[in-house]
Amino acid sequence: MSADAAVNTGKRRFLIGATSVVGGIGVIGVAIPFVASLSPSEAARAAGAPVEIDISKIESGMMITVAWRGKPIFVVNRTDAMLATLPKMDSRVADPKSEVPHQPEYCKNENRSSKPNLWVGIGICTHLGCTPTFRPEVAPADLGPDWLGGFFCPCHQSKYDLAGRVFKGVPAPTNLYVPPYRYASDTRVVVGEDPKQA
Amino acid sequence: MSKFMTWVDERFPLTALWESQWGKYIAPKNFNFWYFFGSLAAFILVLQIVTGIWLAMDYKPDAAKAFGSIEYIMRDVHWGWLIRYMHSTGASMFFVVVYLHMFRGLIYGSYRKPRELTWLFGCVIYLALMAEAFFGYLLPWGQMSYWGAQVIVNLFSTIPGIGEGLAVWIRGDYTISDVTLNRFFAFHVAALPLVLVALVVMHLMALHETGSNNPDGVEIKKQPKDPKTGLPLDGIYSHPYYTVKDIVGVIGFLIVFSAIVFFLPNMGGFFLEANNFIPADPLKTPQEIAPVWYFTPYYAMLRAVPSFLETQVWGVIVMACAVLIFFALPWLDRAPVKSIRYRGRLYKGFLIAFIVSFLILGYLGTVPVTVWGQFADAFPFHGADRATVVSRVLTVVYFAFFLLMPWYSVRDKTRPQPDRVRWP
Repeated sequence: MSADAAVNTGKRRFLIGATSVVGGIGVIGVAIPFVASLSPSEAARAAGAPVEIDISKIESGMMITVAWRGKPIFVVNRTDAMLATLPKMDSRVADPKSEVPHQPEYCKNENRSSKPNLWVGIGICTHLGCTPTFRPEVAPADLGPDWLGGFFCPCHQSKYDLAGRVFKGVPAPTNLYVPPYRYASDTRVVVGEDPKQA
Repeated sequence: MSKFMTWVDERFPLTALWESQWGKYIAPKNFNFWYFFGSLAAFILVLQIVTGIWLAMDYKPDAAKAFGSIEYIMRDVHWGWLIRYMHSTGASMFFVVVYLHMFRGLIYGSYRKPRELTWLFGCVIYLALMAEAFFGYLLPWGQMSYWGAQVIVNLFSTIPGIGEGLAVWIRGDYTISDVTLNRFFAFHVAALPLVLVALVVMHLMALHETGSNNPDGVEIKKQPKDPKTGLPLDGIYSHPYYTVKDIVGVIGFLIVFSAIVFFLPNMGGFFLEANNFIPADPLKTPQEIAPVWYFTPYYAMLRAVPSFLETQVWGVIVMACAVLIFFALPWLDRAPVKSIRYRGRLYKGFLIAFIVSFLILGYLGTVPVTVWGQFADAFPFHGADRATVVSRVLTVVYFAFFLLMPWYSVRDKTRPQPDRVRWP
């Protein structure tokens, strides 16, 4: 091209635009591994993976504890008699309708569970993170004649009913958390995953 | 010497850089006390970088070792206690100085045309500084480090839809963990310091392009030149005049700084919180989680906003807006004068209300919401925490200062701005 030839500005602009677009796509492409690298590694994912529990071995009225993401998960096989105590507790618990979103939407009901009898919850007191004890017996000597069964935190005497709802006037402010969980079959529960959408 | 400088200048514009940025930079001659804090902030930045490098030599960004390595620095490393206390005190003093620097900008209208970009770069510096402080606070891996980070990262999880995934992405795990600690270390020692230094360079270059504002808001570039010196009538060279002044500022600062480092490094729990002397325990939440003092005005706002429509995101939005609204300041202020010296009562009233709200919110952010008890039943807000209601009122005042500014800055009775600075 001779020095005095007219500059083809349209062509120039097209070339600059095309180069910028291609370069921009390249930058986005390279950014993907960097952004994705920040999400949990395979090791962290494995440690935080859902756990599958066999619930057929839990006797009626009993509880087992399993670990998920380093937290104790309470699984209680409540009897019908235990479920019958829950409506009686409505006036004694701070959040009877579970308004505070400490449970998945499918557990925001009177039993705080997806199937009535089986209760799954995170066994960490919402006060200072101690692990409450399971006290299913009715009116034991230490908890008084009004006790209908529930969870009792030994650290600062917080009380929860058999659906993990916190009593009024105890140090803990809110109900126990219910983790996401789903039924893999009638006897197996997967903690850490929401139910598959029907 | 001059031969050597000629040799360098032919290859690198060293003299030109020095003269344009400081040596022959012409500044108004009436800088007062409030003009110490820009150079002090630069001084603290250097202090933080140097002490930070030394700390990084002995610190271990590993959840199992981090807390222990801090104690190792405090007890076994020669002068480790001094270097760490300089760094921790420096962090708090950085915010003290930056808040005073921002206050200076407010009262003298330094954000006004033509210095909008200097102000905007400064706002980004403020954001970067908050991020830098937040990442750094996790590193000692104490209880308050851990739960403070937990609370702040959970703020992102309140964003509807993407929040939970975003929080996991930030942490790199489902809770604050070793992974999080390691990446916060990377951000704290590499990414953000680089960003901060770059922003400070841009902040200063923009300032030296427009020239400095001053307590009278007089534009010295528009003044006639003094026939003898060739400088604007109220202009002087930064060097040696402001070099000397800033050294006095640094000495004064170092007296206060040393007193804190040697006698009050915890500042009664404000600079280093008591709970942070307990190693992080993911299963045990401290009774009161409060951020470090420089975040507490915003934390008080966060707590004061109630959740509705089944989400707590509103408090987070209010908090974010409270910080970001500083960016809009150059376009909100429509007064004919820049400096508070020539403004009327209306502006001064709003400014005082704003500063008082900021300070009281800052106090309320450090204490539980129950601190002032509850309103008696007779009141319209019966049973509500007094502190929460006060925080809500003060949050409204805080925003009113900015959002009503286009109105009151015009209505305000100002006095005419002079052509010359008032000096002495």
